[in-house]
Amino acid sequence: MTEKLVIIGNGMAPGRMLEHLLEKAPGRYQVTIFNAEPRVNYDRIMLSPVLSGEKDYEEIIIHGDGWYIKHEITLYKGHKIVVIDRQAKTVTSDHGVSEPYDKLVIATGSVPFIIPVPGNNLPGVLTYRDLDDVRAMMLAAQSRAKAVVIGGGLLGLEAAAGLNAQGMDVTVLHVMPTLMERQLDPAAGYLLQRAVEERGIKVITKANTQAITGNGKVEQIELADGTIIPATLVVMAVGIRPNAALAKEAGIAVNRGIVVDAGMRSNDPDIFALGECAEVNGMVYGLVAPLYEMARVAASQLAGDEAAAFVHSDTPTKLKVTGIELFSLGDFAEGEDRQEIVLRDAAAGVYKRLVLRDDRIIGTVLYGETGDGAWFNDLKKKQTDISEMRDTLIFGQSYQGGAPLDPMAAVAALPDDAEICGCNGVCKGKITGAITAKGLTSLDDVRAHTKASASCGSCTGLVEKLMVLTIGDKYNPATVQPMCGCTTLGHDEVRRLIKAKGLKTIPAVMQELEWITSCGCAKCRPALNYYLVCDWPDDYADDYQSRFVNERVHANIQKDGTYSVVPRMWGGVTNAAELRAIADVVDKFEIPMVKVTGGQRIDMLGIRKEDLPAVWADLGQAGFVSGHAYAKGLRTVKTCVGSDWCRFGTQDSTGLGIRIEKFMWGSWTPAKVKMAVSGCPRNCAEATCKDVGVICVDSGYEIHFAGAAGLDIKGTEVLGLVKTEDEALEHIVALTQMYREQGRYLERIYKWAKRIGIPEIKRQIMDDADKRKAYYERFVFSQKFAQVDPWSERVSGKDKHEFRPMASVGFAEAAE
Amino acid sequence: MNWIAIGSITDIPRRGARCVDTPEGKIAIFRTADDQVYAIDDHCPHRGGPLSQGIVHGAAVTCPLHNWVISLETGKALGADEGVVRTIPVKVDGERLFLALEALASRAA
Repeated sequence: MTEKLVIIGNGMAPGRMLEHLLEKAPGRYQVTIFNAEPRVNYDRIMLSPVLSGEKDYEEIIIHGDGWYIKHEITLYKGHKIVVIDRQAKTVTSDHGVSEPYDKLVIATGSVPFIIPVPGNNLPGVLTYRDLDDVRAMMLAAQSRAKAVVIGGGLLGLEAAAGLNAQGMDVTVLHVMPTLMERQLDPAAGYLLQRAVEERGIKVITKANTQAITGNGKVEQIELADGTIIPATLVVMAVGIRPNAALAKEAGIAVNRGIVVDAGMRSNDPDIFALGECAEVNGMVYGLVAPLYEMARVAASQLAGDEAAAFVHSDTPTKLKVTGIELFSLGDFAEGEDRQEIVLRDAAAGVYKRLVLRDDRIIGTVLYGETGDGAWFNDLKKKQTDISEMRDTLIFGQSYQGGAPLDPMAAVAALPDDAEICGCNGVCKGKITGAITAKGLTSLDDVRAHTKASASCGSCTGLVEKLMVLTIGDKYNPATVQPMCGCTTLGHDEVRRLIKAKGLKTIPAVMQELEWITSCGCAKCRPALNYYLVCDWPDDYADDYQSRFVNERVHANIQKDGTYSVVPRMWGGVTNAAELRAIADVVDKFEIPMVKVTGGQRIDMLGIRKEDLPAVWADLGQAGFVSGHAYAKGLRTVKTCVGSDWCRFGTQDSTGLGIRIEKFMWGSWTPAKVKMAVSGCPRNCAEATCKDVGVICVDSGYEIHFAGAAGLDIKGTEVLGLVKTEDEALEHIVALTQMYREQGRYLERIYKWAKRIGIPEIKRQIMDDADKRKAYYERFVFSQKFAQVDPWSERVSGKDKHEFRPMASVGFAEAAE
Repeated sequence: MNWIAIGSITDIPRRGARCVDTPEGKIAIFRTADDQVYAIDDHCPHRGGPLSQGIVHGAAVTCPLHNWVISLETGKALGADEGVVRTIPVKVDGERLFLALEALASRAA
């Protein structure tokens, strides 16, 4: 007969326990879960990437609704158990649901510690514990500018980085002298603080919070030394304590947490506890690896294996903040019986420290470069005598015995029992074994079968290398479409990492992001060049050899290898002198074709490459500059004649078009940008199928965007209505800058907008004045470096080699 | 073998190309990121695109017209495409570059 198993709590530990139990004793129990959170089991460790916007909630779900149905598990979402009746062996939820049990598992987790200061209950004070907290923070980030995070530990720093990524002005208050002092020594703590501050997050250490004050909501924080910090959002991340209240009321033995034996059994033999609420051998745990170990033990016990026992082991700590590499393990306090080996490389921002006792590693701190973490962890776990390799130990595994190994060889050299996934305690042999035995070809498969890299994800790179080593080309790396064959990373990841790691040259990107090819390909190089031009307008030197020929020679290549030239006609307006100059150029260079373009200007086709500088020189004499008809950049701003001439015109559409074009010409964008301004809703400039369009109306300017009239046909979306020309310009510029910063190379505005979501774009550009202003200013800054006429530069001699043959070889020479 | 001097390696940008005009058409001279020099006809086997105008990556160039990728070493189209363009022997002596004369003469004759 099946027994009834009731689980209180639906976090990661009981979720993992159920997986084990379903494997070990399928059908033995009829399972009912009560979850106080109104949702399924998700990966709590990944909340930080959700907060920073790098992942969605859907991506971090461990067990979807289907899983519970498939295993015939009853899940009560949003039901908090209020009573455990040990005599009757029932539990009752706050919604009045009662359920009898044969075996009960308490997995109530922990509650965030709230520091006991006045004002700690004001609206605007949050903790960082579950998805609701994250959603509340993301909401707060939308409208509120200043956030204070109390606590400079793992959780606090991840919260700070996430809020910073959401655009908030963030200050971290930490009561100790250095950050993460429980995991890091002061030197590494200092490096970490510097890296955090470089992201624009303020850090105040030795900060003793005295009060949170405000009128009906948070307004400021007061420190013991009298400092006052304005804040509209306060996040408390100072620690957690086991949530054992329910067990205590039921008369179960509780110390710091629910006291259990090594078999996870409380003093009531039918009641187990596991997870953060459990206390075993006097210890409580918060990192996932020991919690999963508890899950394994509890499942074994429930399946009838009474010998299963929990054993303590040290767990490495990693910080999940993009761009900060940090690894800490074991004991690193100083002591008489200990020696240390330290490596500092200030220029590279690397700090490594090994603490040794009796020629064995007992503690490791790695900052800036953590690739050898797995190896040091292995040496520590096995208590390997390192005296033989002591001199080179700190340089890592690659320096032991001969030439440095490349990262792939380093992974290949790891022993089979080396731990790859710290969260789930998965060793190399288990992963490679599963890949071979089960024929796994994707990362998701490996995660499903071994759990490796299925929790915090920081070992994903190692797991991928193992897959390549084991199955070679059959490894199918990505659900994300990689940029090209030179990398496994997608455009968004590359863009994020360029910013996060401060990469400012194409070789730096390829080195740091481990490009497979030595110098990229025709797909990734132009994309990287654009991302670097966009992200570092003042620092980055444009790499012409990474530009498509049109952008390198500032004309459009034609099918016969000749070029076409389109000078700018601001807003489509020209005059007799300009037309005469064009006519003269056409005659002089015997240009075979002259064509009026769809963007209201004139195209001269069939020009030999060698003639381009001379053509530009003559056009330049007449005042023409490049029309960038070849560019992934601003092309035309098409206009109608507007209120100056048209009897229906409501505003000066021609003037606004010219103003926009003069303001924005020269800017590079992910793909071409075509604009138009129509003077009335009759829309003669066809603004409603452009990347950005304006429809003038009596009350102002209706701004449109995300139209298309090429491979796809799509009417524009309305961004919003503004009253003045100045506002129209500011909104359009800000929108373009947002697209410049987020678009994937060759992705037109309408595709980008579909990906990001129209409401989100409206929110940032129409509703958030600060954000709009910031986008606007970044565009203006980048224009300082972009608004140089490329034609006149080349007339003056720039890139001469482009337009001349290297040599001419005649028959005479050839016959010699 | 006779060689014709065509200039210096420094005349060509790294990961770039220059052309040499000859009686039977242009020859594209490529310089890779690691200073290898190659010469091939400036004429893509696909639709005749000027290969000298393409993006140079590794020892290959991508044609600017339709993105065929041509090996600079063999002149063969890489990937799924099929086609081959003539390669011309080129010699680097210090910084000076020489094209193989006979290859040219034989074509000119």
